[in-house]
Parts: sequence; C-alpha cells; structure tokens
Amino acid sequence: MSAAPATTSHSSLHSGDPVELVHKCLYYMTLMREVEDRIERKLYRQGKIVGGVYVGRGQEAIPVGTALLAEPDDVMLPSHRDMAVLFIRGVPLRRIFAQYMGREGGLTRGRDGNMHMGDLKLNVVSIISALAATVPVAGGIALAMRYLGKPGVAFSYFGDGATSRGDWHEGVNFATVQKLPVLYVCNNNQYAYSTPLSAQMACANVADRGPAYGMPAEIVDGNDVLAVHAATKRALEHIRAGRGPYMLECKTFRMTGHSAHDGAHYVPKQLFEEWERLDPIVRLRSKMLANGWAEEGELEAVRAGILREIDEAVEWAEQCPYPDPATLLDDVYEKP
Amino acid sequence: MPTTYLEAIREGLWEEMERDPNVFLLGEDIGVYGGAFKVTDGFIEHFGERRVVDTPISEGAIVGAAIGASFMGLRPVAEMQFADFISCGFDQIVNFAAKCRWRWGAAVPMVIRAPSGGGIHGGPFHSQNPEMWFVRVPGLKVVCPATAYDAKGLIKAAVRDNDPVLFFEHKGLYRRIKEDLPGEEFTVPIGKAKVVREGRDLTIVAYGAMVWTALEAADKLAEEGAQVEVVDLRTLLPLDRQTVIESVRKTSKVLLVHEDTRTGGIAGELAASITEAVFEYLDGPVLRVTAPDSAVPYSPPLENAFLPNTGKVLEKARWLWRY
Repeated sequence: MSAAPATTSHSSLHSGDPVELVHKCLYYMTLMREVEDRIERKLYRQGKIVGGVYVGRGQEAIPVGTALLAEPDDVMLPSHRDMAVLFIRGVPLRRIFAQYMGREGGLTRGRDGNMHMGDLKLNVVSIISALAATVPVAGGIALAMRYLGKPGVAFSYFGDGATSRGDWHEGVNFATVQKLPVLYVCNNNQYAYSTPLSAQMACANVADRGPAYGMPAEIVDGNDVLAVHAATKRALEHIRAGRGPYMLECKTFRMTGHSAHDGAHYVPKQLFEEWERLDPIVRLRSKMLANGWAEEGELEAVRAGILREIDEAVEWAEQCPYPDPATLLDDVYEKP
Repeated sequence: MPTTYLEAIREGLWEEMERDPNVFLLGEDIGVYGGAFKVTDGFIEHFGERRVVDTPISEGAIVGAAIGASFMGLRPVAEMQFADFISCGFDQIVNFAAKCRWRWGAAVPMVIRAPSGGGIHGGPFHSQNPEMWFVRVPGLKVVCPATAYDAKGLIKAAVRDNDPVLFFEHKGLYRRIKEDLPGEEFTVPIGKAKVVREGRDLTIVAYGAMVWTALEAADKLAEEGAQVEVVDLRTLLPLDRQTVIESVRKTSKVLLVHEDTRTGGIAGELAASITEAVFEYLDGPVLRVTAPDSAVPYSPPLENAFLPNTGKVLEKARWLWRY
C-alpha cells in the first residue's frame, strides 16, 4: 500500500459509451471554466459580486472526473475549487450565480457567498471557510450510511493546504479506523494561498501519507480527466467492496491567485507557462479531435450553447431580489 | 429508590435509545469502558458496537462525525470526556454545526455531552466551565441542569431537539445529588428557567452546581428573616430572561451567581438585561458572585479560594438584603 506512480488513461474507457463520456467531461469542464470566468473576470470586476471569489481554473478535470462516477446515494463534500460537482449534482446554474451575487435565489439566500453552498436534497454538503472541516463530517456521513445500511460513498474533497490541518488528520484517521466508505480527493494545486507545497509539508506527495493511515493512495494526473475518471473507478471499486477509504492525489496547478484579488506575483512565471500547456480542457479537446470522437464545429457549438446557458442564468440572477433584512433572524433555530 | 444526577442522565440516554433507533453514542472510552464517569456503563452490551462507537482521541472528528451523521437523519450524542477538551472540537461546533441551518437550511440535530465544573481537584484542565464560549454563538443551545429531574428531562429533550445542543453536566453533582424521579416518561423544555424557591426580598439567579449553593444560602438567610427567591436558569442559550426579570420585578434585588469566571460570564449579560427591562424596579445594585478571572487551580486551598461557595454567596446576599 504505497503511493502509486501517476496513471495514464489510454485504456480507461472500458465501460459505458466512451464517446458519450468524453463529451460529458468536456461539457462540464467547459461549463465550469466559463461560469468561473464570468464570475471572476466579469461579474466580480463589475462590482456585481461583492465578496471573495475563488476559482478552479485549470483544475476542472478533478471535480468532473470524480463526480461523474457518483451514484445518487453518494454524498458530495466539494471544496472551493470544485464547482463542477454542483453542476453534476443538479444545482441550477441560475442559483449559483444568485449565490455569488448575494441574492435571495442563491442556495444560502444571501447569507453566505461563493462556493459556500449545499443542498442535502441533492446530497451536497456546504463547505465552510476553515479548510478540511468537511473531512471529519464526511466520516460521519459514511458512518451513518453504514449505520442505516445504505450503499453510498462520501466524496471528500480538499486541497493540499487543507491536509496540514488537524481536522484532516482526525477525519482521515477516524474513517480509516472505522473502514468507512469515503473517497478522499485531493486537488494538489501546489499553492495554499501564497505558501508553496515545500513550506506546507515535508513529504513529497500528499499520497505518501496514505500508508500511514493504512489507506491506499494513488497519484493521478489531475489535468487528465480520463485519468482522474479511471482512478476514481478503481477507488470506488475498493470502497464499495467495503474495504475502507481510498485517496486520490490529483496533481494539478492553480492557474490563478488564491482569490480574485490576488495577482499571484509569488508564483514563478514559468510555472504558469508550463501548466498552461497542460490545460485539461485543451488536452481533452485535442484528444477528442485526434481520435475522431468529435469535430471542431461540434465542439464550438457546445461552447456556444454553454455561453447561452450562462447568459440566461446571469440574467435570472440579476433580476432576483436581494434578501429582505426582516428575515435575518429566521432559521437561527428551528421554528417552534 | 432515589436516582443520582449521573443515573438520571444515563436513564435519559437509555430511554431515548430504546425509543428511537436513530439515536447513537460516540466518544472516547464510552463503550467497553463505559465512559470516564461511567455514564454509559452497560450501553455497549445492550445496544451493541453499532450504536455505541468508541472513537480515537479526536474531538474534532467526534463532533465532525456527529454533524455528518445528523445530516443523514441520525441523532448522535457525542461525549467529550471532559468539557475542557471541547476546545479541540471548537471549530466544528461554532463554525460548522451552529451555522448550518441558518446558512443553507441543513439541520444538525446532535447533542454534545460535556462533564464540566470544579470542586473535584481536577486542576486547570479537568475543572473548567466552558459554557460561555458557546453561549455567544447563535445557532447553538446550551443546557446546564442542576437537578436529577432536569438532567434526565433535559437530556431527553436535547436528543429530540432539531438543533445542536451542548449539554454541560456538572461533575460535582454526578453522585452528590439524588432524588426520586417519576416512573412515567417526562421531558424538560430547553430554554425555560425555573423558580426553585419562592421569596419576596431578594432573587438569587444561578445554574448548575451553584443552584445548590444558592439554596443553602437562602436557607441560612431564612433563619435571619429574609425570604430569598432562587431562579435556576437551566438553559443558558436560548436564555430565559423573562423568568429572571419577573422575579426581579417582584423582589427588586438580585444577586447573580455562577461558578464560571467573572468577565464574560452570564451574570454580565443578565445584569444588562435586568437594567434594560426593570431598572425602575431595582432597589439595590445588581451584584455578582463568581469565580475570579484565573484558571481553575488544583491545590485545595487555592481551589477553595477560586470557587464560589455558600459563605461567599451569603455574605453578598445579606449585604444586598440589608441595602
């Protein structure tokens, strides 16, 4: 049970319709890229989003490659750069924009912003700002699944920085001791705000920690959605067989600052240039075209459709009212 | 056969687990060992490992797991071995559990049991009264029973509550306090204080172990001719200001007592609430008897100096009565 080398995806399309899968992957990755671009590069700069904005540009393959394998009973605990998990779970786009814009129609009705949203009816749990706080919660969800005899898996997402927190250790330790059905998905984007990985941990890989918990952990090319998908499939086979948690360390790179106000001057320029060439969307598009899984015009049409979806959703959100201050104290407690 | 405070909690938990199969326990050493104070002694034998989960030493994981399980429809009761260790799960409680319903409509029906309080020579890390860390967190409920009846009724109400409840049980009362409990089922409402002794000359407000100190002081003052009313807060959040205010309206004098340290204790909040609501009824200053602003000491002379006791309450109450 040691950290495995990076996997490739060439033989990964062994079940389902491979062409349908790659199209789905491209759709959700492009949707995430375009939605976040609209949020960060337009709505935020226009002052229509007043709070913090944290995007997952360059990391889209990770939420997409993993969440596409989630069953309805599985519970998702996405982190702040995993927006595609929300799309795949069926959170309406317009409500996501309303959330960012502090409108009544957001999932938190203006009480919280950005990716801090969830909906238990869709089996999506909201993160909080303290990173890794959802990791022990994922263990409790998995414990309850076993308790209730339900078949689900808890998908626990976090970044490399979150693994430094005590909650991360406590959560993983509890779940591995209890052999709970938890999939840990680390997006190792190599920076925690301005702190590089080398100042975050002394081991080379997050996956190196897996064996210390008696848990298989593998390193995945996080910018290859099919590699992520294939690794997730392996992990879920292990977990659904009742063999306990499994961790995927998806190596990627944060192609932005920590948040919209951060210019990331501390990141060496050539790193951005190197990783730009590994853009997961460009890579998948090229692969689809090279393999004849799609034609250029078809892919352009998909992107155009996404932009229309976004325009409609933004329009809805902009027309959505702000929350009524008279509702401020509602739901601090259950209504008697 | 009288039931102790500790047995009352045990009975309450047992009955709730018999009543609702979704109630389960998790915590350190609560299963095979039966808990550091033996509150859950015999539970694992009866309810099994599935419903009595021994955890690693991980308060963050215990609270986090309780939150996650409650999302799935279960009703977890988590035990902190000592209330002092609740700080290790602080973020999960105040940032996660407390804000879920308000932020995104997710109920967190969990209970955290926390043995608190001094007078047992536990020293700085086994004697604290950390309730006020949580009383200023909207979304939480904070319960501090003083009697066996309330301990049983409130733990049952806490298990049935759909919001996160912190249940502070005073270690010093565990085996010291006992009473005959009704044979039939009962609960005690969260958020309701109780007048436990009626009087018209002076009100003493207390909770937890200090209720008994207040009652002793009231007995002594009765010998001197004062009729002291004693209000047991029972719940600190949501705080039943109304019962306190009604009592002060009647007696015009109030002494606020808590074992917790002085600055930021509930007495300060109550003093403000009383002056806001019934200033014109007051016939003397609002006074406090509390622990001083230090850590809880170990050595008996130091701990005795730290803890409020009947003598200290009596002295202030007598002064106020004669004021």
